[in-house]
Amino acid sequence: MKMDDDAPVIYGLEFQARALTAQTAETDAIRFLVGTQSLKFDNQIHIIDFDDENNMINKSVLLHDAGEIWHISGSPADKAVLTTCYSKTSENRVLTCAAVWRMPPEWESGSHESPDDSSNNPQTLELLCHLDNTAHGSVACVLWEPLGDGKRVISLAENHVLLWDLQESSTKATISSTATLEGKGQLKFTAGKWSPHHNSTQLVTANDTAIRGWDLRSMSQIYCIENAHGQLVRDLDFNPNKQYYLASCGDDCKVKFWDVRHINEPVKCLEEHSHWVWSVRYNHSHDQLLLTGSSDSRVILSNMVSISSEPFGHLVDDDDLSDNEENQQEDKGKEPLQDSIIATYEEHEDSVYAVEWSAADPWLFASLSYDGRLVINRVPRALKYRILL
Amino acid sequence: RRNEINVTKYSTTPPDSDPTGRRQVHSMLKLYYGMNEEGKVESLDPCDINGPHFDPEVYLNKLRKECSLGELMDHESCTVKQIRSLDSDMQTLVYENYNKFISATDTIRKMKNDFKKMEDEMDCLSANMAAITEFSAHISGTLQDQHAQITKLSGVHTLLRKLQFLFELPARLNKCLELQAYAQAVSAHRRARCVLQQYSHMPSFRGIQDDCHVIMEQLAQQLRQKFRDGGSSAKDLSECVELLLQLDEPAEELCDKFLSHAQSRLEADLQGLEAELIDSLVTDTGGGLVQKTNPGSNPVSPSSSSTTNPFLSPTAGTDILEFIDRGCNEFVSNLCLVIASYQELFINHPQEGELASKKIPEMANGKLHVFVDTLAARYFSLVERRIQEEKGVGDNSLLVRALDRFHRRLQAISKLLPGSAVPSQGTEIVVRAARERIKQYLSALQTFYHDSLTDVRQALAAPRLSVGGASASGGGATSKDATPSLPELLTSLSNFILNQLKSVLASVHLFTAKDITFSNKPYFKGEFCSQGVREGLVVSFIKFICQSSRQYCESAGDRGGSTPPALLLLLSRLCLDYETSTISYILTLTDEQFLVQHHTPVTPVTALCAEAREAAQKLLNHYVKVQGLIISQMLRKSVETRDWVNTIEPRNVRAVMKRVVEDTTSIDVQVGLLYEEGVRKAHSSDSSKRTFSVYSSSRQQIRYAPSYTPSAPMDTSLLSNIHKLFSERIDIFSPVEFNKVSVLTGIIKISLKTFLECVRLRTFGRYGLQQIQVDCHYLQMYLWRFVSDENLVHFLLDEIVGSAAHRCLDPSPMEQSVIEVICERG
Repeated sequence: MKMDDDAPVIYGLEFQARALTAQTAETDAIRFLVGTQSLKFDNQIHIIDFDDENNMINKSVLLHDAGEIWHISGSPADKAVLTTCYSKTSENRVLTCAAVWRMPPEWESGSHESPDDSSNNPQTLELLCHLDNTAHGSVACVLWEPLGDGKRVISLAENHVLLWDLQESSTKATISSTATLEGKGQLKFTAGKWSPHHNSTQLVTANDTAIRGWDLRSMSQIYCIENAHGQLVRDLDFNPNKQYYLASCGDDCKVKFWDVRHINEPVKCLEEHSHWVWSVRYNHSHDQLLLTGSSDSRVILSNMVSISSEPFGHLVDDDDLSDNEENQQEDKGKEPLQDSIIATYEEHEDSVYAVEWSAADPWLFASLSYDGRLVINRVPRALKYRILL
Repeated sequence: RRNEINVTKYSTTPPDSDPTGRRQVHSMLKLYYGMNEEGKVESLDPCDINGPHFDPEVYLNKLRKECSLGELMDHESCTVKQIRSLDSDMQTLVYENYNKFISATDTIRKMKNDFKKMEDEMDCLSANMAAITEFSAHISGTLQDQHAQITKLSGVHTLLRKLQFLFELPARLNKCLELQAYAQAVSAHRRARCVLQQYSHMPSFRGIQDDCHVIMEQLAQQLRQKFRDGGSSAKDLSECVELLLQLDEPAEELCDKFLSHAQSRLEADLQGLEAELIDSLVTDTGGGLVQKTNPGSNPVSPSSSSTTNPFLSPTAGTDILEFIDRGCNEFVSNLCLVIASYQELFINHPQEGELASKKIPEMANGKLHVFVDTLAARYFSLVERRIQEEKGVGDNSLLVRALDRFHRRLQAISKLLPGSAVPSQGTEIVVRAARERIKQYLSALQTFYHDSLTDVRQALAAPRLSVGGASASGGGATSKDATPSLPELLTSLSNFILNQLKSVLASVHLFTAKDITFSNKPYFKGEFCSQGVREGLVVSFIKFICQSSRQYCESAGDRGGSTPPALLLLLSRLCLDYETSTISYILTLTDEQFLVQHHTPVTPVTALCAEAREAAQKLLNHYVKVQGLIISQMLRKSVETRDWVNTIEPRNVRAVMKRVVEDTTSIDVQVGLLYEEGVRKAHSSDSSKRTFSVYSSSRQQIRYAPSYTPSAPMDTSLLSNIHKLFSERIDIFSPVEFNKVSVLTGIIKISLKTFLECVRLRTFGRYGLQQIQVDCHYLQMYLWRFVSDENLVHFLLDEIVGSAAHRCLDPSPMEQSVIEVICERG
């Protein structure tokens, strides 16, 4: 490996951008999708391929002419399929819609041959189906069923939760069930996350300062954390290894960790950002690693080892041990590791609205700021080895 | 006759030698009396005719030399005259002496005749004496027999009298018993006991002995009874014990009995105390409350309605001083009496004979210690219970005096019973009470602090309402007259806490007063001052203030600002004042009052100051955050709820912007009341008039123009990014400095950043953009004056308008002149 391995790789988009996702189904290549926001020009989806060995970025651009992209999400089953939430202006009315798209099969080869030309003659996404939401209002986000077969998605539209079944190779979407949040005032979901635990039967949503859990079988609320944050809740994420643990972030500059069985108090609270926290992500493999992005233009990587699934560091299975006792004693001697901030990344100069871990490499992540700058960083090698060894 | 002889002896000496002889006698006398110097002086002159060293030659020569002929003639005649008179004197003396000598010779002759006669008479006398001796011998020979008989008779008489005593003994003892003259009886019995013992083999004596035994048994019984009854005085008792001891009663048993008897009396005392304790408990809970301090005019006085005020003294049935007094007078003094009489009886009492060998003092001493320890333990537990009830911290002097008395009276025991642990246990209790007291004072101070804050909060609630209404006409200053202003509240709160602390210190100081007996114990000299008062009370209280202040930041943040922002500001200033002066003042005061001689490490002033500063910083940051969020919330709602695409052409500044400016102004006033102005960067001369709009400024025209022309899409954000590269990163929720400008800058930063983020989430129509332009210009006109660096406001407002332009479907900006007209009109 090279010496400057830990140096960030920066990629600049021509447009402002908010939407970022890892290509969930792709487990070999390190690939991120970025959706742009422009009211005047055709919007694009940039496919960012990171070449880990050469520390280089290869990009491909697909045209997304339906409108500016607010949210993007890749199918967990088919790496060519993705959903976007985009705003559409018609009759002086702005509505955010959602659709399922398929990337054209040629984009990969085409980009490799002539990367410079790709922006000039971008290929267009193939529309599979609309998640028709005219009856329900603007869509905040679309969530794929985690670890699913790519046939079920949830869209959050205003105060509705809509569960869709994608049929006929995702070309037809039908609502299988819905739930509506009732209450005083204009309720509107700002974020949501489909739990990978409990057989994917749980969903968590955020509206204003409250966090709610839903059971998808009965489409009913199972818990509600009122005033989870002092201000608006911006994002949520599930701990991939601990089924009751949840992280949330919001406009009070805080990141909070919840055990949904005890919702009165957060398990832990971080207050490291100096402005709203827009995005929070657990590392998919090592849940002590937590990534947050904020409109103070910073990305912070934290090591929340005390509430992770491995609070005493990496535990070696007893079967692997040739001399049991010696190692057990070593384990006992180990101090519980302290929670800490691993690194603060300051490569961005505008608000960071999205951060994502790579689906292929657990030590790599991308962050996207409003000015269109995408930064790819790695977990510091020292920490990586400490976690692994 | 002897005189005569002396005279004759003198008279026999020649007359010319007489002066010399007399002089010799004289000089010897003088020598004897130590006056010889005079004689010496006298004698040295050879010309003195009467002197001993007289030299006729020298005298003659001298005369011849010095005197004229006439004088010589006179002198000669004079000398001749003197010689003559001397001669005649001498003759007379010779005659006299001669006569005396003759008469002496006559006398001696006469004496010779008399002695002869006397010798005959003496011979006759000796013959008579011999006859008398013979007769006397004869008489005594005849009387010898009778004498021996009489001696024998007298011996028998004595024996008979003794026997009579013995025979009469039972009757006598009985009589004594009747008359309760126990002492007499015992002494009588004691006298007879040995004899009876010796002759007990004879039936008659045996009978007497048995009778005596019976009677004495009865007597002992009576004594024991008396001893047991306990109604008798201490003196009686001691007599009783003494007698019993003499009656061979086992000392151990007696000790036990004595002690158990004493115990029952002392128990009664203790029960009396306990009853009082329970009584006071009952009355305590029902007792009325009397307020000690009533600082009526003070705006932050603790609310008089508060029933939990710890500075109220409970009006219990008996106060602690009375209780301790009673304990001392009844229990302790009785205990002392018991100890004294016990020692008198069993320990110090000189034991004679067989009793001495039994080692009674050691045994008795041991018993006494156990006895005293048990009772004292009970007494102490009662006292401790009573002390624990002493929760009201209003008047400490009573407690201190009570403890002092308690402690003082125990010293008597230490004098009486040197090895006893009781006094030191008593000191322990006093120490514990003092410790407990400090804790109570601390919690009282804490409660007081909370109450004061509640009052401040209430005082703040009123002006805050009026600020809301009156802010349009100049902020909170207008409501000054109705309710106390922030600085007044701050000073009164600060003074109030300080005074309370001082009074507590004064109260605690009583423990170390000179006239208090326990004040010179090592604990009160050292640990009490340093660990107790300084650390346990003062330092803990200061830490408590800091900590509770910090809690306001933590708890209030999530639950939607339950703490009024003004209180945060006030507390922040309070902590800062503590950091700059109050802490060191308080600690100096404490150190002066309690001369700390202890060398344990104490919390340094700097550490406390740092803590206070940290708390102040945290509070101020939180204040900025809360105020910023209030304004942010307004801006956010105003951006989110409006349909920016279909809005009408702007004619006015939106009301929410005016509200933002008003609120900022009133915050400015509020902060200005407590914090200094602070430094700001020099304003440009036309700060408010700055042609701020991005579209009229030529430089910024370059910056934004490309984004509206489809031909150059790549440059959209390039220039803005370049601009950002060279400007410093703005931390929104960052710590602020302790001055007004910094606070206001923080609040405005938060508000504008929120505005920016909200704008970025919306889509604008042409008029929507223009409205934002108007709003931003309006903000620009008024907000620059509050911040340290006006460029910051410019930059953020630029960003807002820029972002709005980006998010605009039809970006055709409004003319700068029109914007200005609208803003000035609104």
